[in-house]
Amino acid sequence: MANEVIFHSIHQPESWKLSSYLSTGGYETLKKVVMEKMSPEEIINQVKISALRGRGGAGFPTGLKWSFMPRHFQGDKYIVCNTDEGEPGTFKDRDIIRYNPHQLIEGMAIAAYTMGVKVGYNYIHGEIWESYERFEEALEEARVAGFLGDNLFGSDFSFNLHAHHGYGAYICGEETALLESIEGRKGQPRFKPPFPASFGLYGKPTTINNTETFASIPYIIRNGGQKFLELGKPNNGGTKIFSVSGHVNKPGNFEIGMGTPFSELLEMAGGVRNGHKLKAVIPGGSSVPVLPAEIIMDCTMDYDSLSKAGSMLGAGSVIVMDETVCMVKALERLSYFYFEESCGQCTPCREGTGWLYRIVHRIEHGKGKPEDLALLDSVTSNIMGRTICALGDAAAMPVQGMLKHYRNEFEYHIEHKKCMV
Amino acid sequence: MAALRIAQDELGWLSTELMDFVANYLCMAPVAVYEVASFYNMYEMHPVGKYKITVCTNLSCTLMGAEGIAEHMKKKLGIDFGETTGDGRFTLKEGECMGACGEGPLFLVNNKRMCGSLSPEKVDQILAELE
Ligand SMILES: Cc1cc2nc3c(=O)[nH]c(=O)nc-3n(C[C@H](O)[C@H](O)[C@H](O)COP(=O)(O)O)c2cc1C
Ligand code: SF4
Ligand code: FES
Repeated sequence: MANEVIFHSIHQPESWKLSSYLSTGGYETLKKVVMEKMSPEEIINQVKISALRGRGGAGFPTGLKWSFMPRHFQGDKYIVCNTDEGEPGTFKDRDIIRYNPHQLIEGMAIAAYTMGVKVGYNYIHGEIWESYERFEEALEEARVAGFLGDNLFGSDFSFNLHAHHGYGAYICGEETALLESIEGRKGQPRFKPPFPASFGLYGKPTTINNTETFASIPYIIRNGGQKFLELGKPNNGGTKIFSVSGHVNKPGNFEIGMGTPFSELLEMAGGVRNGHKLKAVIPGGSSVPVLPAEIIMDCTMDYDSLSKAGSMLGAGSVIVMDETVCMVKALERLSYFYFEESCGQCTPCREGTGWLYRIVHRIEHGKGKPEDLALLDSVTSNIMGRTICALGDAAAMPVQGMLKHYRNEFEYHIEHKKCMV
Repeated sequence: MAALRIAQDELGWLSTELMDFVANYLCMAPVAVYEVASFYNMYEMHPVGKYKITVCTNLSCTLMGAEGIAEHMKKKLGIDFGETTGDGRFTLKEGECMGACGEGPLFLVNNKRMCGSLSPEKVDQILAELE
């Protein structure tokens, strides 16, 4: 079931325009929900049945997350969409706001109705200015047409949505750092608890979801949770957009059912470049452990299969590497990224990411020492689980994955001061 | 943050005077403004050339040829990352993942215009247009 939920209209000219969205039944679901006063419990129930899990990386069940919002709380509450896509290998949310922004707006409006929220924000990654502008245009179209604003469809439901443009900080993808950033400060993650559902934006109850998560909502409410679930597999409902990059002939986004074999996805992306052999794949964005070709070729693309294989689905960002890739060099670049993007609040992360980078750097440059691999093991275990946010783990996991599957390449580098490949 | 972006669009970079002006305008402590400006990568705290070109060198883009593009640009412009050409036209920077890896290798001009699927020829053409 390709392009069933989100990219269904991508072939239309100017698919991002309101008129195009309306021609595919857009905003009818929102109207129905509001006019027929569908109960929030029923909406949450459908989302639970759909087995929709957060598309931002952690895979937390969305229906459950929504039920944490204090429904009867009087006063301001917020929903926030996370379009701060900066995880190396991930580029799906950009295409959602470029090609189908109204479906995201409709999904957020339904979420707002469900959780009794009047104001929402969409936080957009700094480097995609042109997509940010397009989203602003879509917001304006929706306001003029009466799909955003006060007393929608003549009811007592009001919802206003604003876009916020980031300015280049990976850490702002972490939900509490993102809230700090919207409030106009540096994006440093907050301690949890309290969780955003009780103390979020401006200290008010807040629900944060990924772009793709919100954009899946209109389909679920329109067709029922069961139909969405059946697009994927049990516990892994729906279609998922996979961003495929690296050594493939046709890099790009592919929306396919959860549970599709990896080999099919690789074929859709045109196969490995230049007729080379597949070496390894990072299946969920730079933060998840790498999997060698033998293992990934037997996996299906869903949360459960990849976690059984020792990695994660993450945000569905598939980085393909062929036989020419030196794993030490690949890891060096990733470790530099985490070192550079650590916000510096916690010592294990601030110091640990520096250590990881320096050690991998010296191995890559022929200055590695025999004891370095043990040192890498110890630094990663000192980071894991000891930090305020998950960036620490995100920096440690790729190192662990590389050492698990490609230790021999690192040893070769240390001993021979050069590359194996 | 938006105020700093707009200010930077005017001058190309954020001088202390400019940040003080923004702080004053928003009734904020200047230090709070400096803090924000120095935290986010896309603000410039030092002068840059008329065109700031940020090349993504993160993993996906590197696999897809970002190193070759970066080398080509360094040679062509005669500068390294973090430097500005003598005539003040171009600054070259190394960037992190821009969330557009499918179109790698790519760069961003003045924080706004993204140019993807680069080849040396395409780079030459874009640079020529910017002259
Ligand atoms: C360092 C870091 C970066 C993150 N970056 C993103 C991101 O770019 N986009 C995103 O949706 N979630 C990101 N997350 C996950 C969010 O914190 C959060 O879990 C997510 O937005 C929740 O939405 P979901 O339940 O719909 O997935 C990141 C987390 C961490 C720790
Ligand atoms: S784990 Fe790293 S990025 Fe996260 S809060 Fe701590 S120092 Fe900051
Ligand atoms: S790695 Fe270059 S844009 Fe993502």
